[in-house]
Amino acid sequence: MGKRVGMEVSIAAAEAVALIDVDVVAAYPITPQTHIVEHLSELVANGHLDAEFVPVESEHSAMSVCVGAAAAGARTFTSTSSQGYALMVEICYIASSMRLPIVMAVVNRALSAPISIWNDHSDMMLARDTGWIQTVAENGQEVVDLLIHAYRVAEDHRVLLPVMVNLDGFIVSHVIEPIELPSKEEVQKYLPPYKPLLKLDPKSPVTMGPVGVPEIYTEVKKAQDEAIKNSKKVILEAWEEFAKHFGRVYKPVETYRCEDAEIVILLMGSIAETAMRAIDTMRERGKRVGLARLRLFRPFPVEELVSVLKPVKAVAVIDRALGFNGYTGPLCAEVKTVLFNHALTPYVWNYIAGLGGRDVTVENFVEMVEMLEERAARKEPMGYEIINVRE
Amino acid sequence: MGVASEALKNFKGFTTKNIPTIEPLSPGHRACQGCVEILALRLALKAIGTNVIVASATGCMEIVTSPYPQTAWRVPWIHVAFENAAAVISGVEAGYKAMARKGKIDLQEKIVFLGYGGDGGTADIGLQALSGALERGHDFVYICLDNEAYMNTGIQRSSATPYGAMTTTSPPGKKSIGQSTWKKNLPAIVVAHEIPYVATATPAYPLDLMNKVKKAAMVPGPAYVHILSVCPTGWRHPTNIAIEVAKMAVATNVFPLYEVIDGKWILSRKNPKPKPVKEYLKMQRRFAHLTEEEIEKIQARINAEWEALLERCGEKKEGGAEKTEVTPSE
Repeated sequence: MGKRVGMEVSIAAAEAVALIDVDVVAAYPITPQTHIVEHLSELVANGHLDAEFVPVESEHSAMSVCVGAAAAGARTFTSTSSQGYALMVEICYIASSMRLPIVMAVVNRALSAPISIWNDHSDMMLARDTGWIQTVAENGQEVVDLLIHAYRVAEDHRVLLPVMVNLDGFIVSHVIEPIELPSKEEVQKYLPPYKPLLKLDPKSPVTMGPVGVPEIYTEVKKAQDEAIKNSKKVILEAWEEFAKHFGRVYKPVETYRCEDAEIVILLMGSIAETAMRAIDTMRERGKRVGLARLRLFRPFPVEELVSVLKPVKAVAVIDRALGFNGYTGPLCAEVKTVLFNHALTPYVWNYIAGLGGRDVTVENFVEMVEMLEERAARKEPMGYEIINVRE
Repeated sequence: MGVASEALKNFKGFTTKNIPTIEPLSPGHRACQGCVEILALRLALKAIGTNVIVASATGCMEIVTSPYPQTAWRVPWIHVAFENAAAVISGVEAGYKAMARKGKIDLQEKIVFLGYGGDGGTADIGLQALSGALERGHDFVYICLDNEAYMNTGIQRSSATPYGAMTTTSPPGKKSIGQSTWKKNLPAIVVAHEIPYVATATPAYPLDLMNKVKKAAMVPGPAYVHILSVCPTGWRHPTNIAIEVAKMAVATNVFPLYEVIDGKWILSRKNPKPKPVKEYLKMQRRFAHLTEEEIEKIQARINAEWEALLERCGEKKEGGAEKTEVTPSE
């Protein structure tokens, strides 16, 4: 039987990885990821998790060790943040292209410079095009559940792609929350042992990672693109099964008070909780505002977004990173592509908020919605703005 | 007795009578004519056998053996990137170790985990990953196939390129001698990690090479073999003299052969009458621009390095009587 505990989210994440019974953990310390790997090394040291803990000399080697171990047929885990992610990104592209079901928790943190240990989504956006499946947690329970879900999706032979579970640095990773931790037996029932399709084995030699000449490279990439497109079905299936096993229901896009909403705030991660409080306040004043939170970022949840945004008059897209194209934040660009492709024409304003640990408050959300309404009313050309900039 | 000496106490070497006929790295690959690097890899694999998993750095040996849909590999092989072969093979080893311990796989005999890279992939971009894997003590063999430059990208200098050599990024000119720095002593850097087994070898002495690789595979923990891999394309000499060039590297003490077993340095060839370095340099057009003065400078450096090696190997006679002065042959 599972148990309900009060636990720091990072510790709970490590406990979840132990319940998943991984074989190899390779990690390098970086704030704010450290508590996850510290606790994992403790679990290995005291025998609660039978795994090889490989204390590598860099994140680049962390991902390289995971690639080697996964290619050998082992279940692998790593975790990082920010600069650590930036250092390993070369191998992240290779991990997905080699179709290795590695799971990584990225404790989201701003990218340098200036160096900042605090939360935003710059690292997640750096991972946008790496070919990994990406989910984004709002709270500790979701971190635990998305980690368990991640392995079920990654190791499914219809998928065989790595999965990145995002959680906000400090705001989620370092808080103590009530969390339901399932038992090992319950996790095992949901998550069958990893059976690799191909592995490095002297009894059955294979060549992995060969040269892709021009005659074959496009085809390999096409296959990889199909894999991430097809993964959506398995992701949904795995969430349905999750609900049957654990009673918690997950969808690619979480909505709050969207039923009759004219305005939707669209975002990812833990600031959703603040946004919901702002929405309650605005609803009391008679404003028909709702929230759409992306739990699934890769593959992009197009159908779900369309159904949420179809009836809406205006959308405030909150980006927690800059795209530096001088035009739009990265999340907003993708949302607008969905809207354009489906001939939907709500008024969209893009707010860049909460960079490098800057708080995003209830008042900020109320103000963002008010400004959105004003801009829409005076038909201002759609654009973006960084909020909370000190003059 | 150290772990390596213990593991090697009943070591039986290869002789001309018992060289394995297996070819885990098959012919038909696309290496250049006269390539000594592929020969080194072939001999190493023959010595290790088929119960092996190989991780390759990006480089010549990766390119010439694996253009999809062809492969020259009859044993499991993985290539991930340039700088991480040591990290990748340590991951494979960790995976196997965990899965065997947990009963997920049945390991009947020891699998050899082999990582390899060129000098660029080992001494430069891959040095950090190698150092990490050595320090962590994974049970693996790493082979550096040293052809003294980035040959795969077109002969650019690395930290293993010898002083004076012409490469495409160390061209000699009015203001340049060619490579302006001395070759990085990578085996010594590896020895400093205090791993059980380190050796240098070259395919010019194939039995010596195979025996060293075999020993490296037998010792528990990390083992490292540094192989001088003559590259006619990059060193600019006729392909038919490649093995002679390698022999001359040893005969001139430019590339001494030795082992370091449990920290004990052992000279493989004592070379009492070393040939002048000039004999080696003049075989290769990459050194064609060097003046007599520069050649003397190189000779003095090689002499000093040899003396230091003799000292480490305990071969220096009391009072420094061992003489290795060389008189020019011409």
